[in-house]
Amino acid sequence: MLKTFKKGGVHPEENKISAGKAVEVLPPSQKVYIPLGQSLGAPAKPLVDKGSEVKTGQLIAKGESFISANVHSSVSGKVIKIDDITDPSGYRRKAVFIDTVGDEWLETIDRTETIKRDCDLSAQEIIRKINEMGIVGMGGATFPSHVKLMVPEGKKAEILIINGVECEPYLTADHRLMLEKGEQILVGVTLLMKALGVAKAVIGIENNKPDAISHMQELAKSFKGVEVVALKVKYPQGAEKQLIKAITGREVPSQKLPIEVGCVVNNVGTAFAVYEAIQKNKPLFERVVTVTGDKLASPSNFMVRIGTPVSELIEKAGGLPAETGKIISGGPMMGKALNSADIPVMKGTSGIVLVPEEKSKRMEMRNCIRCGKCVSACPMGLEPYLLEREVNAGLWEEAENSRIMDCMECGCCLFTCPSGRPLLDYLRLGKNKVGQIIRSRTK
Amino acid sequence: MWGVVLALVPAMLVSLWYFGLGALISMAVAVFSCVAVEYLVTKFVLKQEPTINDGSAIITGVLLAFNVPSNIPWWELVIGSIFAIAVVKMSFGGLGKNPFNPALAGRVFMLISFPVDMTSWPLPIQNRFVLVDALTGPTALGTLREGMKSGETLSQITSQLPDYGNMLLGNIGGSLGEVSAIALLIGGIYMLFRKIISWHIPVSYLLTVFIFTGILWLINPDKYIDPVFHLLAGGLILGAFFMATDMVTSPMTTKGMLIFGVGCGLLTVLIRVWGSYPEGVSFAILIMNAVTPLLNKYIKPKRFGETVKA
Repeated sequence: MLKTFKKGGVHPEENKISAGKAVEVLPPSQKVYIPLGQSLGAPAKPLVDKGSEVKTGQLIAKGESFISANVHSSVSGKVIKIDDITDPSGYRRKAVFIDTVGDEWLETIDRTETIKRDCDLSAQEIIRKINEMGIVGMGGATFPSHVKLMVPEGKKAEILIINGVECEPYLTADHRLMLEKGEQILVGVTLLMKALGVAKAVIGIENNKPDAISHMQELAKSFKGVEVVALKVKYPQGAEKQLIKAITGREVPSQKLPIEVGCVVNNVGTAFAVYEAIQKNKPLFERVVTVTGDKLASPSNFMVRIGTPVSELIEKAGGLPAETGKIISGGPMMGKALNSADIPVMKGTSGIVLVPEEKSKRMEMRNCIRCGKCVSACPMGLEPYLLEREVNAGLWEEAENSRIMDCMECGCCLFTCPSGRPLLDYLRLGKNKVGQIIRSRTK
Repeated sequence: MWGVVLALVPAMLVSLWYFGLGALISMAVAVFSCVAVEYLVTKFVLKQEPTINDGSAIITGVLLAFNVPSNIPWWELVIGSIFAIAVVKMSFGGLGKNPFNPALAGRVFMLISFPVDMTSWPLPIQNRFVLVDALTGPTALGTLREGMKSGETLSQITSQLPDYGNMLLGNIGGSLGEVSAIALLIGGIYMLFRKIISWHIPVSYLLTVFIFTGILWLINPDKYIDPVFHLLAGGLILGAFFMATDMVTSPMTTKGMLIFGVGCGLLTVLIRVWGSYPEGVSFAILIMNAVTPLLNKYIKPKRFGETVKA
């Protein structure tokens, strides 16, 4: 019996059409736009100005708040300006505009392919270096990694869980990374274990990636305390709390962090970034992005510099198909539709999915028939139909009591609704409102 | 919705076999009038785009016909359909908003309005081509009730009751769609298999009836008939699989569904054994329909991370 989480979940079509494509390294783009806020928390403060010359890997903005992450230049060249751009979330935010000249990397970065397994840094030094190198959660949530590694007073980390689930349909970035950089990921895992002071790490991979499972299992034999577990395919298994439940059987309490149950979860992409940061002195300025879609000429996995416009990736994958209805940043379940193809790749961009016109339309909305499918599908045990009504009626307190803040916006309810109700939209709206009310209370 | 229609096909065929022309006309009249009423109400009263394409009016029509004797005068069925669709469903806002199952409410409305026509049951097979003055006989539950009232012993009554083989096949008197347990079970299992319904309501409903009547039977087998009879008789299987599972009028959570099913089962047995009607499925489900909002309010799903000790 393969492990999985018990409550709710759905099975969207997997459509992992780019799974067989090796990661292709793209040359730096002629122009990049590097947003200052690429992680959860406060945006970084810029250290460069118009006219500054930068090298690839150079720190260009410093994260000064507790929850904030450093930003590095992904190319060498000249800063044109610091100005607003639309980022994937749809908001106008500050970004550093750089015109690329050549590709001159900082001398401190080790660009050789040799794999370095040993590290004599202490836990504190590892965490400090992860902070310096601007590492954030690569699965999409972009939580600054150094913060995650600092275990709060009175809590104890027992297990490091590494997320290799990639439960979103279409996306194959993590899958390819495990196949091609498996050993580096495992070194990254041991570094994270050292930083946390845990003796055990479990890498969870869904069994629709048998090649990745056997490859990682084989490699893990030479890493002490690291175990690879195959999981039954079910969306949203890549969600932190669901993954912990699937692997350990522990349930993170409502509104609490995984550390409550002694777990810390990191993505395989993050483990790889940690390896490069610690062992190769390389800041986080590039990542693997899956560019895919039903009608796309050649769905691909690219190693892309942060700040590269999405349009360039689409060109490299065969150009925008004529009947494209939506460009989604992230996976089709939780990703966001972009309002322009000029939006740059960020640290959390795991994929670009081009949805054909006929699939991009929403179902016609009908009356709720109280079938209860959304209730059965919700992995958090909520009642989306009820929350929709409460939000629609502006009953914020009732919505809070119905635990709207537990919603992680996985979209299972919307996916399963036979009447095409925009449940997720109401939930997001309600979370926003209720969140404001909760924050104003503590002031 | 079309999956439900497909699931009703075996029972339809059985009713055509046993009740012939009468069954055909009743189903046609009920389906046509339900769809027509929904069309007219949406178009001319609510002034909206007609919603008949969702197929729900067809199901209501078939289920309403299933719940009446096959030789019912056609105009009574039309009135039942008008009540079911116009009053019970559309006046609340259409599909998804009605608190009660339209077909069942229509059936009960007809039972109260036309008590004689609604309780004279044509005998199967010999009335295939007879529309008026059909030979009628009581249902199995009716025979039981009458016998009890006139003080006959259970063994005397049992000799007049159909055997289980005929009750499984449907060769008994009764409403045109409820007679064959096997045909209804095939449809029910098909719906379970296609995940149109979940097992919670039918299983808890049938199990409750079986256990409750089983306890009574064990206490006094001379007074109470055995639980298998209760499972096969009347509209229980039709109700458990096709009426109680109506998603609009049943609870949202699995826990709620189980309570709903147990409630239906208890009420059905209470009415059958101690009530004034021989059959209690319709009333039991309608009463539990009324309880559904309460179940939705108080029976919550188990929240993720709720009962964990940190």
